Amino acid sequence: MSKLKSSGQQTADAPTPEDAFHEAAALEDHPSAPRGSKADGPVLSADGTPLKRSLNRALRMQKLRALMLIAPLLIFVLVTFIAPIADMLFRSVENQIVSNTLPRTTQALAGWEAEGADSAPPEAAYEALYVDLFLAAEAKEHTRLGTRLNYEETGLSSLFRSSGRDMDDIGEDRIDALEDANEAWEEEGFWYTLMTGGEGAAGNTALLDEQRDRLEALTGDSYAADIGFVPGQAISELLPRTARAYAAFALYTVVEDEDIVAEEEPWERVKIALTQDLRDPATVQALADYDGPGAEELRAAADLSGGFEEIDFKQTFLEIDEDWGNVDNWQTIKMYSPPFTSGYFLNAVDMEKTPDGPALRDEDERIYGLLFNRTLFMSLVITGCCIMLGYPVAWLLANLPMRTANILMILVLLPFWTSLLVRTSAWKVMLQQQGVINDTLVWLGLVDDASRLIMINNQFGTIVAMTHILLPFMILPMYSVMQTIPPSYVRAARSLGATNWTSFWRVYFPQSVPGIGAGSILVFILSIGYYITPEIVGGTTGTFISNRIAYHISSSLNWGLAAALGSILLAVVLILYWAYDKIVGIDNVKLG
Amino acid sequence: MKLATTLMASTALTVAAGAAAAESHGDMADSMTLVSWGGAYQNSQQKAYVEPYLEMNPDVSATWDESSNEAVAKLRAMDEAGNITWDVVDVVASDAIRLCDEGLAMEIDHDELLKPAPDGTEASDDFGDLIVSDCFIPQIVYSTTFGYRTDMVPEGTEAPDDICDVWDTETYPGKRSLEKRPINNMEWALLCDGVEKENVYDVLATEEGQDRALAKLDEIKDDVIWWSAGADTPQLLADGEIFMGSTYNGRLFSVIEEQDQPVGMMWDAQVFDLDGWIIPEGLPDDRLARAKDFVRFATDTQRLADQAAYISYGPARESSAPLVGKHAELGIDMAPHMPTAPDNAGNVFVYNYEFWADYRDDIDAKFQAWLAQ
Repeated sequence: MSKLKSSGQQTADAPTPEDAFHEAAALEDHPSAPRGSKADGPVLSADGTPLKRSLNRALRMQKLRALMLIAPLLIFVLVTFIAPIADMLFRSVENQIVSNTLPRTTQALAGWEAEGADSAPPEAAYEALYVDLFLAAEAKEHTRLGTRLNYEETGLSSLFRSSGRDMDDIGEDRIDALEDANEAWEEEGFWYTLMTGGEGAAGNTALLDEQRDRLEALTGDSYAADIGFVPGQAISELLPRTARAYAAFALYTVVEDEDIVAEEEPWERVKIALTQDLRDPATVQALADYDGPGAEELRAAADLSGGFEEIDFKQTFLEIDEDWGNVDNWQTIKMYSPPFTSGYFLNAVDMEKTPDGPALRDEDERIYGLLFNRTLFMSLVITGCCIMLGYPVAWLLANLPMRTANILMILVLLPFWTSLLVRTSAWKVMLQQQGVINDTLVWLGLVDDASRLIMINNQFGTIVAMTHILLPFMILPMYSVMQTIPPSYVRAARSLGATNWTSFWRVYFPQSVPGIGAGSILVFILSIGYYITPEIVGGTTGTFISNRIAYHISSSLNWGLAAALGSILLAVVLILYWAYDKIVGIDNVKLG
Repeated sequence: MKLATTLMASTALTVAAGAAAAESHGDMADSMTLVSWGGAYQNSQQKAYVEPYLEMNPDVSATWDESSNEAVAKLRAMDEAGNITWDVVDVVASDAIRLCDEGLAMEIDHDELLKPAPDGTEASDDFGDLIVSDCFIPQIVYSTTFGYRTDMVPEGTEAPDDICDVWDTETYPGKRSLEKRPINNMEWALLCDGVEKENVYDVLATEEGQDRALAKLDEIKDDVIWWSAGADTPQLLADGEIFMGSTYNGRLFSVIEEQDQPVGMMWDAQVFDLDGWIIPEGLPDDRLARAKDFVRFATDTQRLADQAAYISYGPARESSAPLVGKHAELGIDMAPHMPTAPDNAGNVFVYNYEFWADYRDDIDAKFQAWLAQ
């Protein structure tokens, strides 16, 4: 009975005539189960629906309304905070750039295993590299890949940059031979008619779409536009390499250069592809039956092809730069060809990918382990210092009369409102060897002028400056917790015979622990990600992992490694938070 | 007075030239965002060519963004967000190369975009080797060199005039400041470890060479304060915290001449580097036209020479050198303070961009690991 009533109150605030009508109807429909009886079957609400469902619906409405109220904030946080962070952290494993820029090369390398120092990859890999690198160089994407791979293997940056410049010159002799034989091969219009297969020829849109995807992956731009060119079905079967190369050329010409396909002479790469096609005996055979536009010229060129010098791509690349014969470079390309990589995370823990699996870096290159340990250690020390210094202050604030407490409070808050940089620079002035503290000590005769204390550009400086800067974050939660502790408890303890110490330690302190917990979490998590202060006063021994993250974000541009370091830092914080919850209990944390 | 008349004359000339250029360009945006380093350097740009340019084009407004030290990262972020808010960006040459590699800076035809020298020399010849990247428009030559406290030189010894005096802590006691990165420091270390100047980068390319340089730096590691901002060394020198330290020559000039501190320049083994403009890739047509118009004006022979009246950096054009005059406020002759002046350029080291583009990540990892130990 009581359940039913409460449901009625939830669906409507006050009984209305309609309710009465529903009740009556319900009674009529279910005479065997009168309202409120303890009969079998589901309990029904006023309008006859099962009570459970009716209750759920009412609660859902409430939840929905609450959700809609917080929706603006939720969406704001999701869009401006969570999504960018997730996107940034995702970079720690993302590695599509290699397979997007060098798709054929990575395929050609799939079956290759390096054995020994001089087992360079097969000729096919070099030919694929030419195909990929030519297009990448046209789209100016090869240098990006070089930068990316240079993080893993020194020297690849300039190797890609300089090789990209020479792509146009590969196979010059062949192109000259082709063009000397017939000037038609230099005419944009002739090429266009040849590749479309003439008016009304069947088009091969699949091939065009394939090249669209290829270029989209390479450049990240959209190639969906109509380019006024579709490769002919017949010609693309006859000359597959040429058709692919010409389609890529056509797409790039229209979308990036904003020119008209029929008015531009094709890339060198297209002509090389043609000569490669014509060297294939099967193509020459099929050519005999071909009667599309340009058939005559093709047959003439095919006859020439005996005269085409064979291109030794490997040799050509070695002439461009001998580093293309270096197995390590090829192994790096192969190792980083999958779209996702563990390489960044391995780097972040002082390891590296090798052909035989992950291995520790050389001792003189290990740095991140040291920095993570140092960051954790120093954050703990800073948190400890803040507790030691903040506790008495908070106690004083909580126990003084309101007037005095307010003035003291301003003293706590004033530095809090001062710019971080100003406070850090002030510490520089205080702590340096010709600074205020040293000058005073020398003046007092406590320190010899020649042996002034070194208090900055080391761990000590970082700990002092950061303790000072983070102190308010410790004092404020402690203060608000201590304010709620009734003074009568300590008085009672004293009146029951406890000493000063016992009454503090057994009565007052346990009640203030939630404040310490809240302050510690705040200070520790803030300090673990601190950047500016260690950068300015930390020297070499007082810098944090965040300084390296900042370096990789803004200076080396190795965002993948920065993301991996950031992810690890986030994971460490979450694990510590979890451990804290297990040991102390997060319920024991109070901000007020 | 003389300076003023030359300035006025040249302004009048360029007004005419600028007006002609504006007519031919047609649609141009009427505001632009310039990115630079702030401080005295940005001030020199403001005085030497931004103000004259705005005077010529009264309906144009220019906004400064002092973000050059993070330009590469910020441009990359802007590019990914698809919203480039900068029009002309001042960066050091190595950053320009990286922006070009990343496809974030626009490749330009120097002869087409930039004005020829007054005698008709094409821009690419006038700038010469300083065009280190297809995207880079050089502005100034600056150098990283050492300054020292003249009052802290021990009595009876000569002032330091050799790069290896940095390592000689017995003759010249006191702390040193070096930049917190391997570039320049590794080269100096090898030079003082007996490597010939022309072999430095060959040696540095090897593992042994890198270890050798770090071992040399290890000798003074305890005496070094590592700086990361250009203002650090001048500050440390002024406070007497260090005896000598490396920084940009323009910063030392202002410590010595403008702030009258007892500081001297060493110049030996100074490392030449370049600073200049890039135009971000992917600007809309009207903004691009404005950026090009501005850069064309700002990098002509007279404008680059004018800049030297405000800061002691050498103009990147060969044709500007004879036009360098006096400091705008101090009235002292600027030519002897240029890093390129014959007296100062006795022993010059030229920064190898190609080398550092390749080895930067590798050597930096080693250097930072060595620092942290």
